[in-house]
Amino acid sequence: MKHDLIIKICMGTGGIASGGLDVMHAFRNQLGKKSIKADIKKHCSMHKVGCRGLCAKDVLVDIILNNVKTTYQFIKPYMVERIIEEHFINGNPVLEWVVSEDYHQFHDNQIKVVLSDCGIIDPEEIEAYINAGGYDALRQVMLTMSPGETIETIKKSGLRGRGGAGFPTGLKWEFCSKETSAQKYIICNADEGDPGAFMDRSVIEGNPHAVIEGMIIGAYSIGADNGYVYIRAEYPLAVERLRKALQQARKHKFLGKKILGKEFNFDIKVKLGAGAFVCGEETALIASIEGYRGMPKAKPPFPVYKGLWSKPTVINNVETLANIPYILRNGAEWYASFGTEKSKGTKVFALTGKIRNSGLIEVPMGIPLREIIYDIGGGIENDMAFKAVQTGGPSGGCIPAKLLDIKVDYESLASVGSIVGSGGMVVLDENDCMVNITKFFLQFTQSESCGKCTPCRIGTKRLLEILERISSGNGRDGDIKLLEDLSHDIKATSLCGLGQTAPNPILSTIKYFRDEYEAHIKEKKCPAGVCKDLLSYIILDQFCKGCGACKRVCPAGAISGERKAVHKIDTQTCVKCGACIESCKFKAIRKG
Amino acid sequence: MEKILNKLYTNYKKDAGNIISLLQDIQNEFGYIPEDAIYWFSGRLDIPASRFFGIATFYAQFHLAPRGKNIITTCCGTACHVKGSERLINGLMKELDLPEGETTTGDREFTVEKVNCVGACSIAPVVIINDKVHGKSSTDNLMKAIRKLKEKEN
Ligand SMILES: Cc1cc2nc3c(=O)[nH]c(=O)nc-3n(C[C@H](O)[C@H](O)[C@H](O)COP(=O)(O)O)c2cc1C
Repeated sequence: MKHDLIIKICMGTGGIASGGLDVMHAFRNQLGKKSIKADIKKHCSMHKVGCRGLCAKDVLVDIILNNVKTTYQFIKPYMVERIIEEHFINGNPVLEWVVSEDYHQFHDNQIKVVLSDCGIIDPEEIEAYINAGGYDALRQVMLTMSPGETIETIKKSGLRGRGGAGFPTGLKWEFCSKETSAQKYIICNADEGDPGAFMDRSVIEGNPHAVIEGMIIGAYSIGADNGYVYIRAEYPLAVERLRKALQQARKHKFLGKKILGKEFNFDIKVKLGAGAFVCGEETALIASIEGYRGMPKAKPPFPVYKGLWSKPTVINNVETLANIPYILRNGAEWYASFGTEKSKGTKVFALTGKIRNSGLIEVPMGIPLREIIYDIGGGIENDMAFKAVQTGGPSGGCIPAKLLDIKVDYESLASVGSIVGSGGMVVLDENDCMVNITKFFLQFTQSESCGKCTPCRIGTKRLLEILERISSGNGRDGDIKLLEDLSHDIKATSLCGLGQTAPNPILSTIKYFRDEYEAHIKEKKCPAGVCKDLLSYIILDQFCKGCGACKRVCPAGAISGERKAVHKIDTQTCVKCGACIESCKFKAIRKG
Repeated sequence: MEKILNKLYTNYKKDAGNIISLLQDIQNEFGYIPEDAIYWFSGRLDIPASRFFGIATFYAQFHLAPRGKNIITTCCGTACHVKGSERLINGLMKELDLPEGETTTGDREFTVEKVNCVGACSIAPVVIINDKVHGKSSTDNLMKAIRKLKEKEN
């Protein structure tokens, strides 16, 4: 039998963390053995692919044998031998390791545009992208369309910026194209600083050429000859793949002088961020590329008129740019057929937290939130009760259970006090405390505030202090009102988006979870059992078997007791870390 | 040191004079940013040292003190937070005998750092030990990894 065999191993950051490289070595070693027949070796090819979304089940491996695809989950090196033996040689997939129904449920409910090639093509091979239709859009644009026509197509598609603000991309390009400066720039914003978001990392790791192609088309449209990708240093794999891809693109003459034989020169430099969230803000990002402290400037002037080195500059998010080739290949009407009246197309979200199928998803704008959580996400982990979804990270808000049927698009989320933002979606369950989560975000914004403007520098600090006293049991009457008033002032007077949106998590949790704030302030209780100062841990005599497991894990040495006798927790020494509860097999420890 | 600094100086001139890139290069060479290096460049380039310090203290990536041999980076993103990263960090500090506010152990064997988000939220909580990403970490397996590193030293 002739074997036509393709092995694809998931090697995004998630795949590698779960041991993807070891699995790849195992395949290579096993297939290299003498006992494997030559015809298998000859017709077998192995590829690394980027993230396909469901990192929680890594290492994921696709085996495509004579055009039939089988996907395995949780693969470890020791499993490889059996897969080769039973599947490759005998043609019987090892059913017990094949992905379960929820893998298909996760994928079948999505519509993939930006991610359509992620997890399918090898991100380190430009040929793989080209064979999948890559750089066709660039050719089409440069050989048959004027910059004006290209911009018109993007405008018609309805694409809006995916970096958070949702500004129409075609319009931004048009503004910049009308500037007459001899020097213009296009910058790809890959600073992805929102905690809980990894869309941009996955796109660059999984399909860097789509971003590059999008940038070249953008540069052609606005008349730029230099581009930058500003990328976080915390994403080493993405940086490596991007650099590799740029080199390949130069070799294929998609970058450099006289691209595709036309009078158009363009090249892209990579700039590494140095770990400051505020540098995701466009004017701060420009300052950072110029080599200064990344502090935002007042707008206007907007970067499209006066940006990098004071020249007209378009700044677009990674996902925005990665959409461009697909829109041009398939047409503006096609793209606009997804989504709602005002929010067109699809959006990538990072679905994480207490969700069963945690991962990267792409859905049409306007999809009901419930479908994301239950159909794609498979519901809440460990059968807990759903409490809220946090969207938009530190600039966003929480959406409570009663609003689960809301549509996910720019306008609908804004109407309930949250935002689409860059696409982080963190699911919270009954064990999460809304005051604690809010405090978490304020700690973040307070420490990331650049300090230039007073409302943000001092205001976020005061907000955090109030939240800290509430969660430590020292909340006062009137604190809720104080939080609200201060929030509105900070929103109205801060210089940049960081301060203008930092109070959002507070306002939205007060709106929907006021009772939790009140329980902390008035009853000195944390209903979810999270805020340490309001908790104490006790061992229930009737259930304790004296096994000593809790005593062993207690980092503070607060637990005492003889073997087989009831143990005790010394509340003075206890640091309330919760390690004991996790270790107890008899559910004998309670917090309250 | 002089030789390395001279090399970096040449790179800096090629790179159209970007101080952030220069500091990144210095840190790549030394593992941190030695004060002497800043004064050297300040004199050589006639740029006030305050500009270097201003930048070095603005960005989280830069370290002005030497770091440990083993770098343990704990992710404090939202997903990791709700999955218990705080407990991991407390356990880690305890195991390494690090007092509140300190990041490097006295013997310079370990440095514990917190980062905002490494973007591997699906496998939260995440800890990076010497550049290797560990997903779905627990106090237990983290302690095991640390003890293994400690044994290696002895
Ligand atoms: C504090 C702050 C952080 C931001 N971080 C990012 C980011 O990490 N990535 C991003 O693409 N946009 C970020 N933005 C939005 C950018 O300023 C800008 O709107 C965006 O890059 C424009 O690209 P787009 O039109 O394609 O969305 C941030 C804005 C603010 C105020």
